[in-house]
Amino acid sequence: MQPLTNRSKVVSNKEMTFWERIYLPAILGGMMITLGHFFRKKVTFQYPEEKRPFAPVYRGRHVLKRDENGAERCVACGLCAVACPAEAVIITAAERKPGEEKLYREEKYAAVFELDYLRCIFCGDCEEVCPKEAIFLTDRLVPADSLRQRFVYGKDLLVEPMEASKRIDISKRQTKEVLEFKKNKELQHNRLK
Amino acid sequence: MIDYIIYKAILVIIVFSITLVAAMYSTYAERKIAGFIQDRLGPNRAGPFGILQPVADGVKMFMKEEMIPDVSNKFLFILGPSLAMFTALMTGAVIPWGTSLTIAGHQYSLQVADVNIGILYLLGVTSVGVYGIMIGGWASNNKFALLGALRASSQMISYEVGLGLSIIALIMTTGTLSIGEIAAQQHGWHWNILYQPLGFLIFIICAFAETNRAPFDLPECESELVGGYHTEYSSMKLGFYLFAEYTNMFISSAILATLYFGGYNMPFLGRFVHDPNMLALLGTFFLFCKICFFIFVFMWVRWTLPRFRYDQLMNLGWKGLIPLAILNIAITGIVMWITGKIN
Repeated sequence: MQPLTNRSKVVSNKEMTFWERIYLPAILGGMMITLGHFFRKKVTFQYPEEKRPFAPVYRGRHVLKRDENGAERCVACGLCAVACPAEAVIITAAERKPGEEKLYREEKYAAVFELDYLRCIFCGDCEEVCPKEAIFLTDRLVPADSLRQRFVYGKDLLVEPMEASKRIDISKRQTKEVLEFKKNKELQHNRLK
Repeated sequence: MIDYIIYKAILVIIVFSITLVAAMYSTYAERKIAGFIQDRLGPNRAGPFGILQPVADGVKMFMKEEMIPDVSNKFLFILGPSLAMFTALMTGAVIPWGTSLTIAGHQYSLQVADVNIGILYLLGVTSVGVYGIMIGGWASNNKFALLGALRASSQMISYEVGLGLSIIALIMTTGTLSIGEIAAQQHGWHWNILYQPLGFLIFIICAFAETNRAPFDLPECESELVGGYHTEYSSMKLGFYLFAEYTNMFISSAILATLYFGGYNMPFLGRFVHDPNMLALLGTFFLFCKICFFIFVFMWVRWTLPRFRYDQLMNLGWKGLIPLAILNIAITGIVMWITGKIN
């Protein structure tokens, strides 16, 4: 039979030699391995004092970005809700009224944007599919809670603050590959169909 | 006479407290070494480097709720851990912790009792140690505890044969049963390990089994027997069982160091230090270094090797170590006959 990989091992039940049967050399070898680990650098993070660094592309709690003028970028197109494999996003769209140009960038916006973190699997598809660069996953964590209702985050928790100093930094997720991918977005998505 | 009693009492108290403290810190060392071998840090929160961890553990043990099962035999249930602890501490009496101190013209030996059949005493006391486990496991009226106790007793009895036989070859070369004398004979480089390497190997393997340490820790095999013989024990009675194990380990290391690794002797020490009192204290210090090394080996082996299966354990004991020990006796005899030590 043709082997599928070249990793298969031929098992042999040959008699062990005397050297193998006394076991002591093998035991000594094992003890040397543990001794090597004894002097190795420890992998522990001393948690409260020392926190484990997040990966730059960590996918945590979402943020709804504002543009440079502080207007919400989201246009409630619903692509994220469609793309979401866990069906965690619920959007209700509304039309922008005159005088609200400071708040919403385009004439349609999300009146309700709810994200259920008990459903969300943090796959990042919403971020990938968003045509307006409005939703991003960040390195912030979703805290534990004792009530299911509190896991449904509304716009109050998702939209980033207006003040420039309190904006959420997502530049770490914008790697070169990501930007390249976003540039050819239509192309990439068309290919999948 | 009264002087003699006071000196012995002080020595007993010192040996007693050193044994207890050593056993206490063995628990800390065990956790630390386990951590290091598994690339972790081990306990490091209680005090600097977690040095107060054994104290915290002890306090915890005392504060825990005391449970005695209704169906158990109360007297035997309490007797079990007491006996285990008692026998574990008794062995310290015959170990020579050093030569002797000379204070105001009087010689004070650092051995509590130089019994002329010290080795027999050791073997006897460790055999009684089985009863602590056996009684505790049986009195619990719990099948897991009983199975653990049965395993412990059959294991300890089996390996005592190998232990005794490996010591016989040692006694043949040293010609004495007194541990004090065996230690004194190994002056300088004449350590018994050089004359009895095979005997030492058998002895150390049997010592692992005698102290119920991994890879022979079947009596407390969690995957099969819950907690083994101490399944039903809680609070300080459980603490006593665990403590007895560590005390046994300390004493076993001391015996190993004394019988095979020169005890308090250290080569070339006499060239640098001339004050006899200083020499005696340094000897004690080196004995403790050797003991610490063996305790480390005990733990090192525990965190390296997986547990034996029970039939493998019995196979190794009866079919491996005992014939090997008898062979060792024969070889020792032949070599002694050829070199003309016996005729």
